This record gives sequence, structure tokens and C-alpha cells, in this order.
Amino acid sequence: MATIQPHRVRAGRGTELGLLVLALAISISGYVLVGLGTEGTVPADVLGYSLGLTALAVGLHVVMRWRAPFADPVIMPVAVALNGIGLAMIYRIDFAYAARGKEHGFAERQLTWTALSIALAAVVLVLLRDHRTLRRYTYTAMVVGLALVVLPLVPGLGVLINGARIWVRFGGVGLQPAELAKIALAVFFAGYLVTHRDTLALAGPRVLGLQLPRARDLGPILIVWGASLAVLVLERDLGTSLLFFGLFVAMLYLATERLSWVIIGLGLFVVGAFFAATAFAHVGARFDAWLHAMDDDVFQKAVGGSGQLVRGLFGLANGGLFGTGLGQGRPDLVPYAESDFIYASLGEELGLTGMLAILLGYLILAERGFRTAVGVRDGFGKLLAGGLSFVVAFQTVVVVGGVTKMIPLTGLTTPFLAYGGSSLVANWIIVALLLRVSDEARRPAPAVRALTPEVGTPVVVGASDDHPTERIGGAS
Amino acid sequence: MNTPLRRLASVVLVLFVALMVGTSWVQYVQADALNNDPRNVRNLYREFGNARGPIVVAGQAVASSAPVDDAFGYQRSYTDGELYSAMTGFYSVVNGRSELELAANEQLTGRGDQLFFSRIRDMLTGRKPEGAAVETTILPAAQLAAREGLGDQEGAVVAIEPSTGKILALVSTPGFDPNVLATHDTKAAGAAYTELAAAPGNPLLSNATRETYPPGSTFKLVTAAAALESGAYAPDTQIPSPVVLDLPQTSATLPNFGGESCGGETVSLADALRVSCNTAFAQLGMDLGDDAIREQAERFGFDDDSLRIPMRVVPSTFPADLNAPQTAQSAIGQFSVQSTPMQIAMISAAIANGGKLMTPYVVQTVRSADLTTVRDTKPELLSTAVSPGTAASLRDMMVGVVQSGTGQAAQIPGVQVAGKTGTAQTGTDEAPHAWFTAFAPADAPRVAVAVLVEHGGSLGSDATGGKVAAPIAKAVIEAVLGQ
Repeated sequence: MATIQPHRVRAGRGTELGLLVLALAISISGYVLVGLGTEGTVPADVLGYSLGLTALAVGLHVVMRWRAPFADPVIMPVAVALNGIGLAMIYRIDFAYAARGKEHGFAERQLTWTALSIALAAVVLVLLRDHRTLRRYTYTAMVVGLALVVLPLVPGLGVLINGARIWVRFGGVGLQPAELAKIALAVFFAGYLVTHRDTLALAGPRVLGLQLPRARDLGPILIVWGASLAVLVLERDLGTSLLFFGLFVAMLYLATERLSWVIIGLGLFVVGAFFAATAFAHVGARFDAWLHAMDDDVFQKAVGGSGQLVRGLFGLANGGLFGTGLGQGRPDLVPYAESDFIYASLGEELGLTGMLAILLGYLILAERGFRTAVGVRDGFGKLLAGGLSFVVAFQTVVVVGGVTKMIPLTGLTTPFLAYGGSSLVANWIIVALLLRVSDEARRPAPAVRALTPEVGTPVVVGASDDHPTERIGGAS
Repeated sequence: MNTPLRRLASVVLVLFVALMVGTSWVQYVQADALNNDPRNVRNLYREFGNARGPIVVAGQAVASSAPVDDAFGYQRSYTDGELYSAMTGFYSVVNGRSELELAANEQLTGRGDQLFFSRIRDMLTGRKPEGAAVETTILPAAQLAAREGLGDQEGAVVAIEPSTGKILALVSTPGFDPNVLATHDTKAAGAAYTELAAAPGNPLLSNATRETYPPGSTFKLVTAAAALESGAYAPDTQIPSPVVLDLPQTSATLPNFGGESCGGETVSLADALRVSCNTAFAQLGMDLGDDAIREQAERFGFDDDSLRIPMRVVPSTFPADLNAPQTAQSAIGQFSVQSTPMQIAMISAAIANGGKLMTPYVVQTVRSADLTTVRDTKPELLSTAVSPGTAASLRDMMVGVVQSGTGQAAQIPGVQVAGKTGTAQTGTDEAPHAWFTAFAPADAPRVAVAVLVEHGGSLGSDATGGKVAAPIAKAVIEAVLGQ
């Protein structure tokens, strides 16, 4: 029990602007270095590129000053930096492909998606004045989330790419609905769990020091488990399946504070994955390509072999400690260098030092998100911010772990870095939601509310968690 | 729920530390192993991206790299590619490299130890590293004479300067055009490789250094050398020479070539060599014993897998543990004696050089891109094959072969040629291999040569070493002496 002392709160917009300058400097110098490394000249459109990127970032910064003045000052610059590094690398990979006579124009499209994503983030900040509004759409989010997950299974809409059915083609544009689904599902899990957390946390027998849940409370976790296994088997994608299930277990743990859920969840997933690996050839092949990646016959296999993975490792190894420098490596020797394997492409040209910096960037992003979750007062906000932070971090872990052969390879994209519109849009919306929650978390409590302890106010920290405020939708 | 949030944040931290460790593992700990993985094409691309040094014959580049505007940066091309293919080998994006392109790769790419200072300078000045030029010992006239002599016949010619070991000609037919393998069109290069690999005569494998053949009567030089070195024989020592030799322990017999007599019940050692008397040498082999012959063969270079010129030369072999009839056959270069044309040329070169066998080599100098000589090959003694006395006796006996024996086709007016023919049965119904090895001038040798024409070449089963191979050797000797 602690009483909040009124104190001057540093909103952090000045800090943010400073960090933003740094992030833009990284992005723009990356772009320039690519030009120097490949063509020996500064890219002709460097001024336009710099101005455009700066306009986007500063534009979002201005929107935040207006609509989220107390939001976390680190999250947005880190996202800009990661996005900028990704853009530079994709621009570089375009050169590599062009040298082999293949014109892709990935960079241009990624730039368009970046502009669209940042604009969308601004729109979210403007329209969503209070994250608790989202709680009203808990079950809508569930329906939307599940619909997005099964969308690639719809005949005529879903397309099979590299053996995984996680894409839809819509009016000539390929989308990965799972990227957007993770937001919807995080909203649903947060809303559902904040309501049912007591039942899930407290009821049930104790066995061997573990508080086991009641059988009937197992329903939801079994449904999500079944759904993620269905994704694994029907869409043939271990990554999406792992991501959703991981998100659910993490949020379940956040809501209930009970380790038994985590153990049950992980156990179920391991059993399910093992079963899938033995029963379905395509899942088994993924495991085989991971365990026996360096075997020549696995390497040479045209479909389902480890060729891509091992070529990615060759790229990373070529980078060594300090990398070849932007434009000096051969990232195009790895299939999907611009999307699934952008981590290997970056690793080749930026080296281990660069990769540690990028990983640190992700870690800062995630930890600032968790800090937001700790700071915000309502349970829904805590779950939402915690879940979204976790999902970005976990997705990075699954992708990077896959590319570095620590875990089986999956078809997930590296947040912010990888080429792909759906991923970029989804991650920028996540950033916007985290900023929205952090604005609430860091906003100094109005004096009048500090004196009325009967509602969920900062007066009693800790107790407020259990009584999510009913103050909804723009009441502040 | 702040406690689980903090715990979850810690879990994420641990996971990221794991990612950092995993990335370090790949990029630092395993980097060397991954970089050296033969399936890693980056090394090849890195090589292709730099100017590869030329392979030079008499001041002219026969293999050189020129910048091109594609992903590789430089295109290797070969002048007179087919003529020099047994020496240069190929350099291909798809199929790697072979022969000199393989053996001198470090110099050609500029990565060799001798080029350390050039590399440091390139690094400091930011200049793109350039490979060194490899200048060869090949004499174009000799190479051309050998190639023209072989014509459409499958076979090989090796010519060596006896006093130094310089390889003056290195020809294998059929050859191949390395340009078709060097193309950056990977599909075309792959198809060309498949075609060449399946082509008759196996053009990708040099007959001169990579294939072995029964040496036939040219091996009698080794048996004769063993006899002379034993001290129990001189060129005029009479040895039994029946028309047909009964082989002990078997019901088999060993006849002379064409069932002819060698000129009496006994012949001198010199005459036996001059007319290439099978029965005399078979008997001589049994009298000397297989160990003595093997030892002599090894002093000429047999059974040695370490010879690099700098390309690998497959070892020529003299079989182990022979019984008497096998020894008899081996002494005349049959049974399972196997030899490369390079090995036969080395026998002549050793005899020509007073018994001292010099290490054959094809790379004379390595010159870095700024034209400084980074390596100049000094002649090296490989082994003392026979004593000077034995060498002199053998020389005189070989002169007899060309003057009045089986090798008269190699006579050159005004030049004393020493030689030995060989007509090697292959154990099948196919025509025998025709051999000829020689050196000239006999008193001050400037070239030793070995010629192999597979399966009798254009003469087929009528072929003998004297008829088919000796004229080619003569042409090569004339080409060298004409310089």
C-alpha cells in the first residue's frame, strides 16, 4: 500500500525526438551505405528518401504529442530504427537480385507499406482514445482472429507457398492474415482472461504443490490447443501455430500467476507437435531438416530439405564478427533473403556486432512493452500490453532461433525487418497499441481521482488489478 | 499481475540471451567450419569476384580472366583451350576446378602465402586483390608437335628437360575446350560437364598424369637398369633367349612378339633391349627377382603417391608379392604393372641425366600482379635412379634401339636419339597400346619424351610402338631441338 505523491512527470517527448534523430540517422546512413557498397555512389534519391522517412517518423511523433503525450519515448524510435534497417537491407537485396538480372523492386513496395503502416499507427492513436474500448470487442476480436487464421484455408483465396498455407491472395496483393490475427487474438485473450481469471486461478485441486485447474476450466486452453494444432496440420506452419499457442499460454500465466497452466500448456504442445511430426510427413520433414541439416542428402533435397537453412548459416558465417559491410556480401545466395531470411542477410553484411545490436533493439522494445504493462493500472491493459510485447518478442525468438538452427525453421517473418506488408502493418499497429497503453500508464493521475479510492485509481496500487475499471471509452 | 509480468519479462530476456549466444555460435564459433564447407559457394563467388591471375605459356596467357558485367565479375577464358587442357584443366562456377587451375589456385587467386605482402598492401590501399600470374615451363612448339602428332588418336605425350625436370609438353587426347565449362551460364556449364564426363576417352582426365596403362616393353628399361645395377650384368652379358619361354609353376608359356626368335639361343643384354626380346627379359626378371625390379622401379618413381607437378600425378605401380611367372611377365611390363606416360618420360629423363631423376614441374615462376617474382622454381633432385655408369650403358643400349632396333622410326639426321619402344597387351581383344620413349641428343640430352597411343591408334592391331608412337616422339624432339 503506497500513496502516490504528486510529482512532475516527464512526458518524454523531447527524449523521443532525440532518439528519433538517432533512429533516422541509422536508417538513412544504412540507405547511403547500401548505395556506396553496391554502386559506389550515394543513391540519387537519398534526399527524397530521407525527407520521406523523416516526415513519416516526425509525423507520428507530432500525433503522439497531440494524442498520446505521455506515451513511452523509446518504443517508437526503436521501431523506426528496426524498420529503417530492414528497408536499407531490402534495398540492398534488390541490387543483389538486379545484378543477377532479376528486377524485384522489393524496397519500393516495402517503403509504401512502411508509409501505410506508420500512417495506420497514427490513425489508431487518433481514433482509439482509450485502450479499454477494445475490451468491449472481446468476442468480436475472437471471431475476427479465428476468421483470419482460417482464411488461408478458404479455397480460391489461400495460396500454398513453400508448402505452408499461410498466405491469401486478395486483388493481386499477398497477405499473411496470421500477422493481423495475432492482434485480434491478443485482444480476445486479454478480454476473456481478465473476466475469468479468478475462476481459472483459484479453483481446482492441488497436486504435488501444483494448483491444478478444474476439468471444466480446461475447456478454453484445449480449444486454443486444438486450434493451433489444426493450424500446424492444415496450414502446415509450425511457426504460426507455436506463436498463437505461446501467446495464449503466456497470457494465461499473466492472468492466473499459475505455473501449472504453463506446464500443462507446454506439455500439450510438445505432445501435439510430436504427434504431428510423426503422423504428418511435412511436419516431420521440418524436424528432419533441422536435426540433420548438415547431412548432404537432406541438404540436397529439393523440397523440404535443409538447403535454405544451411545457405542462411553460410551467410551468417560469412559475416563473422563485423560483417562484410552493406552491399559487400552475397545475401542473394540465400533463398528468400528479403523476407524469411533477412536475419541471415543482415548477419552477413552487419556481422555479429550488428546482429547483437538488432537483438538488443528488439529486447528493448519488448521490455519497454512489459514496463508499460507493469505501469498501467487496469487488468485488461496489463494483459494486452504484456501479450502484445510478448508476441513481438516471441515471434523474433522463433524466427531468429529458426534461422540460427536453434529450433526448427518456421515461416514467420522477422518483425519490422522482413519484407512483407501484413507483417509491417500488424507490428506498427502493435506499436500504436503499446503507445496508447503506455500513455495511460505514464499519465500522471489527476488530483481529483487520487482522492476517490473507491474506483480503480492509483491510490491503491496492486489491489486495482483485480477490479478492472468499468470506465470505458473516452471517459477520461 | 505485476509479478508474472516481471517473470515473463525475465523469460523474454533469457530467450534473447539465448538468441545472442546462438547467433555468436554460428557467426563466430562455427564460422570457419561453415565458410570452408564445400557446399558453400561463397568462396567460389569471392574468387570469381577478384581478378584471377593468368596461366602463361612462353609469354602468352593461355588462361586469363577479364571483367564482365554479371554476378561473378570476371570471366575465365582460354586461348587454344583444347591444346593446353591437360595442363590448365578447367575453372568452372558449377564444377569447380582441375589440374593447374586447382593446384595453383592459391597463387592464381592471390591467396598463397608468398603473396602475403601483396595482400596486406591491397588491404591498406583498398585495392581489389588480384591473383598472381603463373608462368609455365611449356614450350609451345613441343606442345603443338605433340598435339599434331597424336591427331585424332587417343593418347598422351609428355616431354621433360632431363637436367631440370621442366615439363616442355603435356598433352592428352582427346582434350577438351575449358571455355565451355568456364561459362557463367550454369546450365550450359553443367550440361557441358555431363557431356564431357560421359564422352569416350574421358577428356576431363588427363591421360598423361591421371591414367595408368601397362607400360609394355618400355618397362624393359627398368629391368635392364636393375640388371646393370646388380653388378652381375653388363650390356654384353649373354642371356638366354628362347623363342618361347616356359614359365615355371604353370603350364603357360611366354612367346616373343610375333613368335620370332631374338637371334639365337642367347643374346647380349644390349641386343635383347635393341630387339625388345620378351623371353630374354622375362628370364632376366626371374633371375633378378621381383624385389630387385621393384626397388629399381621405385627409384625411377613408381609407387610414389606424393608427386605433384604441382598437379597430382597418380602413382604408377609395380605389383607386390609376385611369384616367378608373374615376375617374368612384370619384367616385360605386363601382368599388373601400370604406368602413367609421365612416369615413362621420367625413366628416360633419369637415364638422360646420368641417373639423376629431377622432379618434373610445370610452374616456372609466380609473378604477382605488380610483376614482382614471388616464386621461381629451382630444379630439385627427386631420386638417384641409377649410377652414372649404368645410365651411360643404358643410353648406349637405347641408341642401339633407334639405330638398328625397333625404334628406327625415331631417327633424326644429325642427331643421336636414344629410345625404347613398347607394345603393351591390354589383356582384352582390343589392339595393344603403342609406346615410345626417347631422349636426344644422346650425348647431351635436352629433351626426354614419352608417347602413348592407346589401342594402336589409327593402325589398330597392326600397331607397334615403333610404327605409331616413335614418329610422334621424333616430331616432339625435333620441335625442342629446333629452338
